[in-house]
Amino acid sequence: MRAFTYERAKTPAEAAASVAQSSGAKFLAGGTNLLDLMKLEIEKPTHLVDIQDLGLDSIEDGPDGGVKIGAFVSNTALASDSRIRRDYGVLTRAIVAGASGQLRNKATTAGNLLQRTRCPYFYDTNMACNKRQPGSGCAAIAGFSRQLGVIGTSDSCIATYPGDMAVALRVLDATVQTVKADGTTRSIKMADFQRLPGDTPHIDNVLDRSELITHVTLPRAIGGRHFYYKIRDRASYAFALVSVAGVVQRDDSFRVAFGGMAPRPWRVEAAESAIATDRQAATTQIFAGARPTEENKFKIPLADRALAAVIAEARS
Amino acid sequence: MEFNAPARNNLFDQSKIVGKSTPRIDGPLKTSGLAPYAYERHDVIPNQAYGYIVGSAIAKGRIASMDTSEARAAPGVITIVTAPETKPVGKGMANIAPLFGGNEIAHYHQAIACVVAETFEQARSAAALIRTTYDRAPGKFDLEKQKPDAPLAPGDDKKPDKKTQGDFETAYSKAAIKLDATYKTPDESHAMMEPHATIAAWEGEKLTLLTSNQMINWGKNSMGKILGIDPKNIRLDSPYIGGGFGGKLFIRADAVLAALAAKKAKRPVKIALQRPLMANNTTHRHATIQRIRLGADADGSITAIAHENWSGNLNGQEGENGTLQTPVLYAAKNRLTANYIATLDLPEGNAMRAPGEAPGHMAFEIAMDELAEKLGMDPIELRLRNEPKEQVPGKPEKRFSDRNLARCLREGSQRFGWDRRQSKPGQLRNGQWLTGLGVAAGYRAAPANKSGARVRLDGKGGVIVETDMTDIGTGSYTIIAQTAAETMGVPLKNVSVTLGDSDHPASAGSGGQWGAASSTAGVYAACVNLRRLIGTKFGFDGDAAIFENGQIKVGDRTIDIFEAGKLSAEDAISFGKFKEEYEVGSYAGHFAEVAVNAYTGEVRIQRMLAVCDAGRILNPLLARSQVIGAMVMAAGAALMEELAVDKRFGFLSTMTLQGMKSRCTQISRTRRWYFWIRSTLLSRQ
Repeated sequence: MRAFTYERAKTPAEAAASVAQSSGAKFLAGGTNLLDLMKLEIEKPTHLVDIQDLGLDSIEDGPDGGVKIGAFVSNTALASDSRIRRDYGVLTRAIVAGASGQLRNKATTAGNLLQRTRCPYFYDTNMACNKRQPGSGCAAIAGFSRQLGVIGTSDSCIATYPGDMAVALRVLDATVQTVKADGTTRSIKMADFQRLPGDTPHIDNVLDRSELITHVTLPRAIGGRHFYYKIRDRASYAFALVSVAGVVQRDDSFRVAFGGMAPRPWRVEAAESAIATDRQAATTQIFAGARPTEENKFKIPLADRALAAVIAEARS
Repeated sequence: MEFNAPARNNLFDQSKIVGKSTPRIDGPLKTSGLAPYAYERHDVIPNQAYGYIVGSAIAKGRIASMDTSEARAAPGVITIVTAPETKPVGKGMANIAPLFGGNEIAHYHQAIACVVAETFEQARSAAALIRTTYDRAPGKFDLEKQKPDAPLAPGDDKKPDKKTQGDFETAYSKAAIKLDATYKTPDESHAMMEPHATIAAWEGEKLTLLTSNQMINWGKNSMGKILGIDPKNIRLDSPYIGGGFGGKLFIRADAVLAALAAKKAKRPVKIALQRPLMANNTTHRHATIQRIRLGADADGSITAIAHENWSGNLNGQEGENGTLQTPVLYAAKNRLTANYIATLDLPEGNAMRAPGEAPGHMAFEIAMDELAEKLGMDPIELRLRNEPKEQVPGKPEKRFSDRNLARCLREGSQRFGWDRRQSKPGQLRNGQWLTGLGVAAGYRAAPANKSGARVRLDGKGGVIVETDMTDIGTGSYTIIAQTAAETMGVPLKNVSVTLGDSDHPASAGSGGQWGAASSTAGVYAACVNLRRLIGTKFGFDGDAAIFENGQIKVGDRTIDIFEAGKLSAEDAISFGKFKEEYEVGSYAGHFAEVAVNAYTGEVRIQRMLAVCDAGRILNPLLARSQVIGAMVMAAGAALMEELAVDKRFGFLSTMTLQGMKSRCTQISRTRRWYFWIRSTLLSRQ
């Protein structure tokens, strides 16, 4: 870990301005991912701006009957909130499917969206990794890739976005609210938030370097039955090989997003109308253009089978 | 004391303390965090500096250059020990590559430097500033690729490890029912909770190592060889061990670098091997490929057994021998076992959780199930049909000392509800889950080795036991205290036990399933000597006197044990050759109810039962813990554990636990664990 300076900002705009002023600065929320990566010198910030005093730690009524979730709300608080549990069950289920109780107590809503990939070659600093060190190459593509992405990947990077919470947010059509150093704000749809790697896999999302997530907003509840089905190599404390976030309505219409498959939660709205009648046609459409490796091509049929399990459960 | 003949009736047949369920005497220390593990012993040696190990970035080749100038200038750095500036150290027991020194790289994450600093964070930070370049050499990393050319491993008497009885090929070709199947097991890591850790301190020529090691006496002698110093000048102390599993049988880089760094820094140095280095820097279980052929008559009598095993290791010698249990298990006149070993440039393979037997037995029992299916026979019936008589099937020169496998299987089938099993798969369904029942036989050799102890009276009614035996979570403290309390006739609370110190008499240590039987026998031997010593002091025969309730009764005389004052006696148990005529082992019937998701193929264990034939049970509560622990490890091995080999760069991919398929239960919480231990007279052997 490199030496760094530390500051606790007082307002969101001030926090963004602080990060803007120093090229090596980063925001610090729960620290469950950033601090680990700093210890391994994968992240090397010179200045940390702590956002714990910004008053972003509450869950409130949002505009249009939705919910407004503060960036600093812990995963535990969000998952256990009574309104989230009642109206947005897929979100609670996704959150508790991830990490451990201790980590969820510390990890935050914004931090979870910004967590970096768990590709083993990203973590081993002896190995080439375009995400960690732009231009160094990718040791993962021809390596141990069981856990890695099958779609949305590129010749530069096949890493996945590893989290669960974002998969549920994608299926709920959540929006990410931010503030920039100059005080301007913007709303980014979850669908647009995480980037595909292309030839710049070191840039995970569309945020400017000093742009701070202040809230995540959920639209008005859509009802239906909520599912989060996560398949992993061990039944607890592991990242998804494949996960499915699903909301199923009484009329058998589906919303479905997949985790563990791609650099971002993978949802193809255009295919959703076919799910009830011809599931395999739907998953074929959802994963059209996939480029799996020999070691992870099992994920595509597994994703289809996971969706089948969700459908069976929904209809039971 | 010599143990030269099968045991007759003895003290422990009427035991009041040994054989009773007793909570661990060290339990409160462990649950309250007061049991000091190696890295935590701040109070024992003052002024400790922190060491941080740097591992090689390549799997094979040479260090071309190492620039430490920036690291040496970093804040808090005291010194840096580097491999290029250090002559390769000597090899201790079971070390294949030198644990440190020289420019040659033998495997990934081999230690190449150690930074010593005032704080852990400073050492870690400076370690990242060391610039190393390498000349990479091609290596052999793929067992499958090396398999065709792999020679037979050196077996008994260093002869090629291939054994035949009868005529396997002919019998197999004539068999009514044949099975020919190949099984593969992956590389696996111990990843014990407490990493390898050592605090080293020099006082002149004398070296103290506060460490975490299963085998203190081996470690002391190995450390002498590694550093080229007289083992008399070395003290190892390892009172608590946070998991060993075979991975702490031998000295590893933490101890060597702590010693070298402490010498150079001229002050004590503490090192805990970093978690990301554990898979590749230390030892692990090597992958195996096993071909098993079974030939049987239509009634299920097995006529031909062949079990061939391939594994690899850095030196092309000690591999993971999956055939170890095969000679002992099932009767068949025509047999072949062969163990081949490839030379691989992967990290060192060594003992892990029943080395050889765990993957080998697993494969063989699956083969038995597959044969049962071909025969249309119940898998338990098939095993019972082929249960051997007195002679060991693959070692006819040996007799079984005691074997209750058939009883374990029968008893287990009743308790588990085996009669509910459907022979056709996929018949029982609960929602999305298909469930089925499975069975396997279990065997593990039960060796016993020389083991010593010292037992002292404190003159106040207390008994103190001192031995270099270790407690790796198994309960050694407690069973040793029980043994001393029983033999000296004092309450358990009056016994204190000190373990893991190389200044104490050498014990058998903890490994290979010899720990409990050997170490308690050694304590018994020392207690018998102490009883005799007391007898000499008071003028009676210590062997004939009755020691109970803190008193000694000889005829009409009653003496309180504190009246004997401070006395000390030492002895060791050693085992005569009589055992060579016998096969001594423990047996088990294992049962599992497993659910498979009909959509996704996910597997969940719903119930398990082990019925064990494990000799004299010293403490049923601890035995229960051990059996459950072993069942959880088995579930981990069967369902999750794997170190994936990167065959291009030659490393075991699992940099941190986040990517590791390790032992975390895949077991549904709603169901009960069942287990039952049958106590037999095995320990009399």
